[in-house]
Amino acid sequence: MSFVEYGDTIKDGDTAIVFLGHESMFPVKVQHGTVTQTKYGVIRHSTDLIGKKYGSKVTCSKGGWVFILHPTPELWTMNLPHRTQILYSTDISIITMMLELKPGSIVCESGTGSGSLSHALIRTVAPTGHLYTVEFHQQRAEKAREEFREHGVEHLVTVTNQDVCKNGFGVSNIADAVFLDIPSPWEAIGHAKSALKAEGGRICSFSPCIEQVQRTCLVMEEYGFTEINTLEILLRVYNVRTISLQIPDLGKAAEDNSGTGFDSSNPSDQGSPCANLQQGTVQFKSGVPLREVVGHTGYLTFATKS
Amino acid sequence: MEGGRSARICEGDCAVLKRDEVFKAVSVLRRRKIIFEKQWFYLDNAIGHIYGTTFEVTSGGNLQPKQEVEETTTETKEAGTDNRNIVDDGKSQKLTHDDIKALKDKGIKGQEIVQQLIENSTTFRDKTEFAQDKYIKKKKKKYEAVITIVKPSTRILSTMYYAREPGKIIHLRYDTLAQMLTLGNIHAGNKMIVMETCAGLVLGAVMERMGGYGSIIQMYPGGGPVRAATSCFGFPKPFFDNLHEFPLSKVQSLLSGTFTTETLPADPEENALLEEESNGLSEEKQTSLQETEEEPATEAPMEISPTEEQDTMDINAEDVDFKGNKEKENKENVREKQIKQWERRKKLKEAAALLREKNADGLIVASKFHPTPLLLSLLDFVAPSRPFVVYCQYKEPLLECYTKLRERGGVINLKLSETWLRNYQVLPDRSHPRLTMSGGGGYLLSGITVVLEKGKSDSSNSEALKMEEPSSKRCKLQDLPC
Repeated sequence: MSFVEYGDTIKDGDTAIVFLGHESMFPVKVQHGTVTQTKYGVIRHSTDLIGKKYGSKVTCSKGGWVFILHPTPELWTMNLPHRTQILYSTDISIITMMLELKPGSIVCESGTGSGSLSHALIRTVAPTGHLYTVEFHQQRAEKAREEFREHGVEHLVTVTNQDVCKNGFGVSNIADAVFLDIPSPWEAIGHAKSALKAEGGRICSFSPCIEQVQRTCLVMEEYGFTEINTLEILLRVYNVRTISLQIPDLGKAAEDNSGTGFDSSNPSDQGSPCANLQQGTVQFKSGVPLREVVGHTGYLTFATKS
Repeated sequence: MEGGRSARICEGDCAVLKRDEVFKAVSVLRRRKIIFEKQWFYLDNAIGHIYGTTFEVTSGGNLQPKQEVEETTTETKEAGTDNRNIVDDGKSQKLTHDDIKALKDKGIKGQEIVQQLIENSTTFRDKTEFAQDKYIKKKKKKYEAVITIVKPSTRILSTMYYAREPGKIIHLRYDTLAQMLTLGNIHAGNKMIVMETCAGLVLGAVMERMGGYGSIIQMYPGGGPVRAATSCFGFPKPFFDNLHEFPLSKVQSLLSGTFTTETLPADPEENALLEEESNGLSEEKQTSLQETEEEPATEAPMEISPTEEQDTMDINAEDVDFKGNKEKENKENVREKQIKQWERRKKLKEAAALLREKNADGLIVASKFHPTPLLLSLLDFVAPSRPFVVYCQYKEPLLECYTKLRERGGVINLKLSETWLRNYQVLPDRSHPRLTMSGGGGYLLSGITVVLEKGKSDSSNSEALKMEEPSSKRCKLQDLPC
């Protein structure tokens, strides 16, 4: 297994995802002799995991069960340990497409942060591309290096611990794309331009505040970038539910004291909720939106180097 | 294909013309008249230039690279403070339609025309700076026609199709397509199953993200897959070596084990039907129906079988009669058809074999058909612990699909979603969302496969309950997880 290549069976040293149920999962480092606690009981790596097929159901000591999944950057994004605020797959998807990334692409990124986007970029440019990622925080840079190693992708990425605004990305004239997620992206536009290939390179800057976007767009224009475009994207999830709505009692047409409800003829009117489903209610399937959703992550500004 | 080298426009390329936010895909061919944004021109002069170059259309219809002109920052422009005294009576521009036409005919450059319009506008100096800016931008857009030639990519083609021919791609908006590629973990080395009726755009996007590595089996309805958009990407030939196709009409037989290559889906080009042993046997016997389409031959018998093919070819080579030549032509046509037919059958068997392994790394569906039957059948070809994504223009079919998938079991992390997209105008003191936006870009149902335990309805029920978000106790029985 690796984050850039599917494997069939769980091996010692793999990072696997334990899936317990609706939106409940966590990553686990598979190791001989180790044991993982879950609310359904214990999972023994040597007997329950190693050698099993990814996607298998594993029964835990207390009798409950879980699924073991092959890691993907998307699953990693949902489960990685946060050292910083991260980018989620919705933004990552549009960034990947708008930067025209594909196998063989050379990408530069700053800041590395918790490595959420990094893993997705590495997956997209593999096996012949490369990610140059810059992080000014020493521990975060080191943690990122460690994770890339554990996930079998260290040959596809170079982590540099420096300030991109002062010292750039460490490469010149070779990048197909540059991505900036830093507090003052306008200070790095010049460095981005020199990291990008001569013609046609793409740049993306992610900023939560519109004021940052305005400054960045101005500087992009000064540096001769074209096709400057700012957008935002939000995910809307729907829960699929069977809904029952009661039919209201509008009484009877004729003057009649015999009935209280319109189904007075039915003796099981007072019965369990199930009975209600048969009379007096209408059922339908609906895609119900969540009560509270993400309303904003950041503005994405794209441009092309001319 | 990657790296710092910038690509040059070559004859035969599929390129995309761009003007502001309007795109059009064209084939780069010499002496071929192109109409784009109310302008006529030839692409000849563009050949050899780097992609991304901006051109102007000269009188005569030729392209000329646009010179980088330094925007002369004029001294403090005269401007007003607001529009309270500006009356829109349509009389503020002193140049008439004919005057402008005369300027254009004289060959005056767009830049100069815009300057003339500004000088001949009585209200220009009363406008606010912002309004002047907007006026200039508007006139430039109309009179300074510049065209950029860009290299096709998923970004460009999906934006183009959504703007120009959304019906051809069942209104799949480009950000929705972007989500599919990521949710599906499309990357080099995958073995993907793709089922789409988006003119081949989705297939092209998948191919781009796979970079020629791995393999794709495209499922298709009817006689053959539509790949009009796929050719726009300009992929190198090797990309197509591992692209297979398989007819939907054969899926049931493949799943039930009764698959045979006996009757291929009707191919309008083929009119000779050849029968064959069912799969498993390598020997192929053929009976031909050539008699129906050829002149009665007095020479060698028309029946051809693989073992005799060589003989008949030899016989044909010796024949020098005039009549014989004509028959030779007919025989060659027939043989060509047979070879094609044989190749098609061979490819079909290969695709069937790939599917039968039931170890695909993912499934992408984006079609005009109801998604449920597609998912329920095609998921059987996917390995466990792999993502799948289905696109539908409408939400309701995906509600049903979700329900049926829960009943089937073998899937987790089901999610029904759509993305909301908004573009912005960013200018100093004038930043705001754009005035129009897309009302909807379609819906996605995504999930991950797991090992399917057959015949255990209890387990799949308890699985289904576990997979659902816990509803409040009160509504538990009414709000049944589907």
